[in-house]
Amino acid sequence: MDVLVYGLVNSAILALMAVGFTLVYGISRLANFAHGALYVLTGFVTWIFLRTLGLNYALAILAALFITAMIGALIYHAFLVRVRSLEASEIIGSFAVGLVIMEALRWRGFIGHGFAIPKFVKGTLSIGWVMVDLQRIIIIGIGLLIVICLWLFTHYTKIGLALRAIAQDEQAAMMLGMDSDRMATISLAVGSALAGVAAVVILPLGNLTVESGYQVLIYAVAVCIVGGLGSWPGAVVAAFLLGYAQILTDKFGGSHYQAVVAMAAIIITLILRPSGLFGKQKELEERV
Amino acid sequence: MYLIAPRLFLILAMVVIPLVMPSIYHKRLICLLFIYALLAISFDFLTNYVGLVCLGGALFMGVGGYIAGSLNAMLGLPAVLTIIVATLGGAAICTILLLPCLPLRGIYFAIVTLVYPLLLGRIIEATRILGGTDGMPGLSTYPSPWVDLYLVIGVTAFLLFGLRRLVNEDIGLVFRGIKDNDQTVTACGVNITAYRTRAVYIASAIGCFAGAYLCHLYGWVGLSFFALDFSIIPIAAAIVGGMGTLVGPLLGSAIIVPLSEILRAFGGLRIVFYALILILFIAFRPEGLMNYFQRKYAQFEHWIEV
Repeated sequence: MDVLVYGLVNSAILALMAVGFTLVYGISRLANFAHGALYVLTGFVTWIFLRTLGLNYALAILAALFITAMIGALIYHAFLVRVRSLEASEIIGSFAVGLVIMEALRWRGFIGHGFAIPKFVKGTLSIGWVMVDLQRIIIIGIGLLIVICLWLFTHYTKIGLALRAIAQDEQAAMMLGMDSDRMATISLAVGSALAGVAAVVILPLGNLTVESGYQVLIYAVAVCIVGGLGSWPGAVVAAFLLGYAQILTDKFGGSHYQAVVAMAAIIITLILRPSGLFGKQKELEERV
Repeated sequence: MYLIAPRLFLILAMVVIPLVMPSIYHKRLICLLFIYALLAISFDFLTNYVGLVCLGGALFMGVGGYIAGSLNAMLGLPAVLTIIVATLGGAAICTILLLPCLPLRGIYFAIVTLVYPLLLGRIIEATRILGGTDGMPGLSTYPSPWVDLYLVIGVTAFLLFGLRRLVNEDIGLVFRGIKDNDQTVTACGVNITAYRTRAVYIASAIGCFAGAYLCHLYGWVGLSFFALDFSIIPIAAAIVGGMGTLVGPLLGSAIIVPLSEILRAFGGLRIVFYALILILFIAFRPEGLMNYFQRKYAQFEHWIEV
């Protein structure tokens, strides 16, 4: 029973981490290696607003999300736009941006285990005979909400439809008057904000550490590869697969092996089905 | 003379520089410089001649270092043997680890090479094999500082000229073809996975040699061999020095490594500096220094006696 409940929580966590990465890659074909750094950054910005500026918690979160989204847009607008479609430069460049953010945070003294942001609501809830604290319930709720909102956003709003059009056929979309660079900026801003949402929801469960940025990046990438890069339903299904796999190894093996599960999932997927579970139309493109 | 002069200058510089270094500290610095240069050359070779973006110099470094270290510590083999075994065997291990993503195009290779060093470090930390977090101290070191200096300099020089030959041979032509248009190469009936495997073997052998060499230089191997420094500094060196020139990475690490020693006082801020330099060069000077120098040198007029 507890495997069932905590597996669900873990799946929601993974889905939240991955959804921003897969959104950016799906739309602009840009692997955002700064994803983990943006996640960590949002956590620390929230912390700064809360502790040193003494802002209201809800206000602090909103401000932090806004800042992260702006940084995401800035990364694209100031830098990645110059190296667009130069694959090596894109990868190295976004990776370097992530490094700058994380190492600058570390340099500013955000090291160790002294940093935490409070839970939204204190208290626990018992499902059957498993005790779950409310924050984890909130994570599941927000995970669901984000997935539904994204689906609505991409299917029923003008910008969302334009984003999907760019993802499907960039040149045809540009001929119909959609600005590819502008859409990519928007997608990176939204993707960064999603990384930020994941951070403010998940981080209250533990401490803020800079190192968790790499872990988040690995998990996000693992979920995206298993689900098929750029495929959103794939990412959700893969989050459930990996989430339960991790909880099971945690129960029978040990918590050290959680990251090993993610890595093994990447390798197995690449061997058996390189385009992932749901990445069907891109199969030809990825396997040469 | 026009063609020989720069090459002669390079060789002379590599031979002379260690002789003028005053203290043992500076000699160590030169060794470190050439280690980073080796990693940067391997990165340059993979990225610009085969088209695989490798974010994991630390993977090669760690695998090479741990193989050499454990052979030396557990079986007591001499350094000559462990370095050879670690170079060839470690390269085989790295190639097998990376094999699943070789048939694929796109960002998979970058992701997997980024993840492996973190993962292997985590496994060693968790299972406490191979010395766990403390590493393995007390490995045998080189008999004199001159041996270790000229060993790494000799290997670097051999690789520079060897790789330059290699990329102009038939196999190098195939490598560059794979980078430029993999579908055409496949259409010519060439199995690109097989060729990429060879290229990754060569590049990881270079990296594994660097790792094995470093572990005997320090007499210690530990988790820091999987540290991100070995991934990011060579990339910065290759980009600053000039991608696709093979000698550029050496120039780049000759700039970056001493710079990092000067900046040691800033601590963690050093990596911020590298990453910023990297970003600025990628965005504004993507050709790097060496390509610039080569272009300028080619503009000199020269006369040939007939």
